[in-house]
Amino acid sequence: MSLTNGATASFTDSTTATPMLQVSDLNVYYGESHILRNVDLTVHPGKMVCLIGRNGVGKTTLLKSIMGLLKPRSGSIELAGIPILGKPTDQRARSGIGYVPQGREVIPRLTVKENLILGMEALPVSERTLLRTRKSKTQDIPDEIFELFPVLKTMLWRLGGDLSGGQQQQLAIARALMGRPRLLVLDEPTEGIQPSIILEIEVAVRRIVATTGISVLLVEQHLHFVRQADWYYAMQKGGIVASGSTSELSNEVVQRFLAV
Amino acid sequence: MLSGLLDGIFSGISIGSVLLLAALGLAIVFGLMGVINMAHGEIMMLGAYTTFVVQNVFKGFGGVWFDLYIFFALIAAFIVTALFGLVLERGVIRYLYGRPLETLLATWGVSLILQQFVRSVSWVLVIGIVLFCLLFFGALKFLSRRPDFDRIRNWVITIMLPLSAAIAIVTGIVIGQTYKLAATKPWFGAQNVDVTAPRWLRGGLPVGDFQLSYARIFIIVLTITCVVAVYLFLNRSAWGLRIRSVTQNRSMSACLGIPTQKVDALTFALGSGLAGIAGCAVSLLGSVGPNTGQNYIVDTFMVVVVGGVGKLVGSIVAAMVIGTATYLVGSGTLANLLEPVKPLADFFTFFATTSMAKVMVFALIVVFLQFRPAGLFPQKGRTVDA
Repeated sequence: MSLTNGATASFTDSTTATPMLQVSDLNVYYGESHILRNVDLTVHPGKMVCLIGRNGVGKTTLLKSIMGLLKPRSGSIELAGIPILGKPTDQRARSGIGYVPQGREVIPRLTVKENLILGMEALPVSERTLLRTRKSKTQDIPDEIFELFPVLKTMLWRLGGDLSGGQQQQLAIARALMGRPRLLVLDEPTEGIQPSIILEIEVAVRRIVATTGISVLLVEQHLHFVRQADWYYAMQKGGIVASGSTSELSNEVVQRFLAV
Repeated sequence: MLSGLLDGIFSGISIGSVLLLAALGLAIVFGLMGVINMAHGEIMMLGAYTTFVVQNVFKGFGGVWFDLYIFFALIAAFIVTALFGLVLERGVIRYLYGRPLETLLATWGVSLILQQFVRSVSWVLVIGIVLFCLLFFGALKFLSRRPDFDRIRNWVITIMLPLSAAIAIVTGIVIGQTYKLAATKPWFGAQNVDVTAPRWLRGGLPVGDFQLSYARIFIIVLTITCVVAVYLFLNRSAWGLRIRSVTQNRSMSACLGIPTQKVDALTFALGSGLAGIAGCAVSLLGSVGPNTGQNYIVDTFMVVVVGGVGKLVGSIVAAMVIGTATYLVGSGTLANLLEPVKPLADFFTFFATTSMAKVMVFALIVVFLQFRPAGLFPQKGRTVDA
């Protein structure tokens, strides 16, 4: 079983012109304070886009607005050409956005396996039942997940909240992949995690992009990880101030926008 | 002496299982969703009245049917109260999530409305309410198809609300004038009504020199069935998993694609349905009145709090302990047992009435919560702060 669904694969081939995610002229407020100012951002199919910027410039706010956790005052967000601003959060997830939030948000008092199964909520009902009936009850987590994150296999029956930070992060990414999203949204996946596991997560994300061709929108402070992306957007004071190919990401830009 | 103690423990457990049955729905609604539902007792009362209605219907059938009515009553009570819970959640509580004080007040208001409703419900009242709902919500539904509905919404409500209310009231008055008492006589009235247990639940199983009442055995079995069913539903079914997920992290659950609104409605309906079953069980123990619910609401909250919020095991243990303690103290069994130790016996004799026993148990609970504020089985580990 591949991690992308068939419809998406053909979609990316035929209409490369339509961006996977198109954010235009987005304005978000917390009460009266203006957080995001006229943000424009595009993620093309199969590309990995990195959002950089210092703390408090609105990166997480942007991702939360994409997921529908915050309500923008104006602007539009389109997923593969379809406006999603009017949809509630759970429908956005089911239309193909896999979200790995800052702080991981693993459901604490559910086992690792139950957390993974919940990732399948984003699948269409027909596919979910197919998966249930085809595989036996003990083996409904696809092997790809364990190839990416072998550590999860040994912990299926532990409570999500009892895992270490790095393990929770891997679980959160694996859980997002269970829904076979078209767009994977990662919010600081390496924050507060020991270096060896940062590398593992990096390798896993690169492999996901290479093998499944899904698009990735990443918020990251870790320079090495940023360099893996195809394109970067730099944020300052709630607006996009620079963008370009990561291969052209100069030291000067890094100095200005990364907190490291 | 020993048989007296055994009798006391049996009665205590049977009281505990009524408490548990009543608290089970609350443990789900309050424990899992964090909604303080003051109308829980009144939902129990609705279940009890449903039992009364079903009983009267089956009395007409007579014979074997009347012996079996209790099972139909259980199902009917569950369905009626679950539907009521659904309406309550969709209509009131969903606007108040995360605002415990407002929820408390709103559900208390609902409980008062329900109490008065069963006192004064009559054909006229029912026809009036149905007519009003049809006119008002029908008009809203009809007009919501118009493209400019958002703009005229407030106008529609200001016009339709008094209009439909007036039509409903006038119709009610007209019907009341035409059919007189046949239409205006309350169904139940303010007095308590009696539910007759079927023949096989009357009497009891003689053990030694005391009797195990069949009705109480039935309630214990019913409680065990409900606890097992709820446990299996929450831990084995797909919707159970969704419920546990949403109650632990609402926004992340939505990000995973779980329809949180459906989960909320389902959870609340389930909790209310369990209250309905509890009401059905309560009706076997004594007469049922508009105030039946109030007698139980405090006890059930005690059970949930003492057991530890969000823990089914806690509710089970707490219900049994509170039930047994109340009975042993209240019936004077403890006082009899402690006869040899004079001062202790006097002390417990003082508390050996139903209400004084309650005073003592609640005082003990207050002391207990000073030392274990999170209840018998608090959440443990690093998951607590997460």
